[in-house]
Amino acid sequence: MPLLIDLLSWALILVGGAFGVIGGIGLLRLPEFFSRIHAASITDSMCAPCIIAGLMLQSGLTLVTVKLAFLVVFLFLTSPTASHALAKAALHGGMDPGRTRRLDGEAEG
Amino acid sequence: MSFFEHYNYHLAIVLAMIGLYTMISRTNLVKKVAGLNIFQVSVFILFISLGVIEDGTVPILSPDHEVYSNPLPHVLILTAIVVGVATTAVALALVVRIREAYGTVEEDRVHEQDDAL
Amino acid sequence: MDTVVDILLLAFLAICAISILRLRDLFAMTMMFGLFSLISAGLFTTMDAPDVAFTEAAVGAGISTILILATLAQTSRREQATPARSKLVPLAVVWVTGAVLIYGTADLPAFGDPEAPVHNHVGPHYIQESGKEIGIPNVVASVLASYRGYDTLGEVVVVFAAVVGVMSLLGLRRRPPGLRPARGKPDPNDVLKVIATMVVPVILLFALYVQFHGEYSPGGGFQAGVIFAAAIILYALVFGLDKARQVIPPKVLNRLPAVGVLIYGGVGVVTLLLGGNFLEYYALAEDAKTAQHMGILFIEIGVGVTVASVMLLIYFIFSERGRGKRPDEENSDGDGDGDGDGEGAVSRDAGGTA
Repeated sequence: MPLLIDLLSWALILVGGAFGVIGGIGLLRLPEFFSRIHAASITDSMCAPCIIAGLMLQSGLTLVTVKLAFLVVFLFLTSPTASHALAKAALHGGMDPGRTRRLDGEAEG
Repeated sequence: MSFFEHYNYHLAIVLAMIGLYTMISRTNLVKKVAGLNIFQVSVFILFISLGVIEDGTVPILSPDHEVYSNPLPHVLILTAIVVGVATTAVALALVVRIREAYGTVEEDRVHEQDDAL
Repeated sequence: MDTVVDILLLAFLAICAISILRLRDLFAMTMMFGLFSLISAGLFTTMDAPDVAFTEAAVGAGISTILILATLAQTSRREQATPARSKLVPLAVVWVTGAVLIYGTADLPAFGDPEAPVHNHVGPHYIQESGKEIGIPNVVASVLASYRGYDTLGEVVVVFAAVVGVMSLLGLRRRPPGLRPARGKPDPNDVLKVIATMVVPVILLFALYVQFHGEYSPGGGFQAGVIFAAAIILYALVFGLDKARQVIPPKVLNRLPAVGVLIYGGVGVVTLLLGGNFLEYYALAEDAKTAQHMGILFIEIGVGVTVASVMLLIYFIFSERGRGKRPDEENSDGDGDGDGDGEGAVSRDAGGTA
């Protein structure tokens, strides 16, 4: 049984790390600002909760698990809000999601 | 002078030098304040590295552990961090006033206007 | 394994610092600055210093970043290119200083060495005696509040002096010129307002938890004060400066830093009047440990009150100074409404969204 918990938490932490790397690659390679926000929010919504779930399995039924659960709830509340605020600020600042803009500033129709 | 015994100190000094270079080579006053903060944080890292004990743990007394890291550098750096933010606040207030008085926050232009008086 | 993590984090810090050096767009530089503080907080955690990490994350990634943003809203967003100014002299100075310092660290003890001189004097004394004399598990809190109480008094007074300095530089203009009335109807379903309404009470509760649980876990007055101020600043960013000013009326807020310092010094005076030395908590009660607990409790409250009110006051002063400015050719915050507080998209009502 402890072996199963260890394996599961290893798997979750590795999967979380993989999501983090995917989010990072997406942040660099996606063409346009609003799609890059999506890539960044993958890190907040998948990478951190997976890693925290792995840590929760490792610490069993203690106070630490409750605190980690609070952490996940708080992250779920605030990180999508941060992405929303970012997108709203970009719209307000004049960025138009209808036209894609490459990283070097060249606009495509 | 082995690298692996002192790597923390060397890397902290590298950070300090980056902060120092930002402060003395850039003319924008806000950037100088940011460089000052980089320098401060690197000094904190140097100090805290001095207090680490191998196989020690967080200095909160608990029945499971025997060896604790030295709490004294932690206390001194706590004070230093708060004093650092106080310094940053006053420095930024000065930058705002300079902007209102001279119309710019670039050091060169400020000196030009002063020399032209 | 610790070595690898340390070197990785320090490498990230160096990359952040170089990008702060080279970025021309100062808003991007501010974000990298916040990231720099956060990574250094992670580094402090791996070096067994959670109190320091807590304070650095709250103060560096929170308050300092906000203050730089508030300053940038009133100055220009881009750094002008340095004209024909020789980079050789600064480079030479930096290389020489760095080389001398690295040569100087050759005599330092090895990283993590238990026999280092710094661990042979008061360090072990604090760890061994703190449990018996003071009885709180967090040794850093007991050293900060009891063994080194004078230093902490000086620190609180420095924070107070900072707010006096900022007030005298920026805060004496009574009515900002050209103050614009709020436009549009506020949208109660706006995502930011809903989330902020849910999250601000939790943050305030957490600040109180950190304040009073700081004797058993990392925490204490400074961190609690900063978190409290951060909650009210979040409220101000989402709902507007005027509503946030009503949370604590200016008359009260302007006097709170002094009240905090007064509480701290007052504890010292009370111990004097009760027959002990200044800040000698043993005079406060019969039982030694109870007396220490009472003394630490009161001074941490003083510290928390001062730090919270100072951070909040500095933010309000910076924001109000930036109100009512006309956008000029150097101020390119894209806002266009002369508001100048730089957080245009967040603090405006829904009537202004695109």
